[in-house]
Amino acid sequence: MFRSIVFSAVMVGIVSGIAVSLIQMVGTTPLILSAETYESAASVGHDHAPATEAPLAAPPVAENSTSHSHAAGTAAHEHAQGHDQEGHDHGGHDHGAGWTPADGLERLSYTAAANILTAIGYALVLSGLLAVASQSGLAKTIDWRTGLFFGLAGFASVMLAPMVGLPPELPGSPAGDLGARQIWWLSTAFATALGIALLAFRRDAVSAVAAIALIAAPHAIGAPLPPDGEHALAPLGLERQFIVAATLTSLLFWALLGSLSGLLMQRFEAAR
Amino acid sequence: MSIQTSVAGTSAKSTSLLQAVFAVALGLFIVGFVGFSHAEVVHNAAHDTRHANAFPCH
Repeated sequence: MFRSIVFSAVMVGIVSGIAVSLIQMVGTTPLILSAETYESAASVGHDHAPATEAPLAAPPVAENSTSHSHAAGTAAHEHAQGHDQEGHDHGGHDHGAGWTPADGLERLSYTAAANILTAIGYALVLSGLLAVASQSGLAKTIDWRTGLFFGLAGFASVMLAPMVGLPPELPGSPAGDLGARQIWWLSTAFATALGIALLAFRRDAVSAVAAIALIAAPHAIGAPLPPDGEHALAPLGLERQFIVAATLTSLLFWALLGSLSGLLMQRFEAAR
Repeated sequence: MSIQTSVAGTSAKSTSLLQAVFAVALGLFIVGFVGFSHAEVVHNAAHDTRHANAFPCH
């Protein structure tokens, strides 16, 4: 079982990760690059407090976590308007002296690799949950359509719900403490997923009330807010375009990831 | 005999349920690493992916 889930997830992740990279190249990436011209023009070293929070994923490179304080800040957000300089220097992206992929092919390759890894991760979650639903009898059949609905639930949980409080941001947007935002984001995604699962698989009224409460709670508590008096460096229009592009890309990604996962899991169940 | 088969069936079923849950956990770990690791190298490499996925960044 584990092997077929992993195999299915890797296949689905590679296909969806490549697809999402191609969509990003015409959607979100040009907007990110354009926002970085404003960011580097303002020469803001948005100098967060060094990230002392324990990394959530406890990766093997965790000892680097304190080196995340970005370039030594100049006067914060002074908005120099000289964004006409030639080599608008977004290679550095004010992320300190640490390694950054060079703009162009190298950066696109790393982004594609990160997209594929993220897609494999999400596909593992989705295929695993499809298998759990099938084995526990919650889902009678697994096919592309079951997968599609699981995928759309994923879209609602990790995109729609978190973006109510923390919309997708362009580089150079003011934001609250990173650790606090990550905790809010993760809690919101888990609470929403749990709420959707309760709505989908339980038929009693108490579960429905609990589900709505779970989905609403993170927003009632509220996401960490950006500091007062700061505003994004990129124009509002660019920000709006980015939110739309990121949301649409995510919708297509989850629809593809879900239906492909359903299709492959159906094949594996049939072969067993 | 029949009891033995049913016990074997149950344990096979719970094993594969456990495997499915383990796959979910592995997936969450991968997404957590790419999207949420504070390591600067990981952040910079996955930068555009984090922005496009609306993972908290910067």
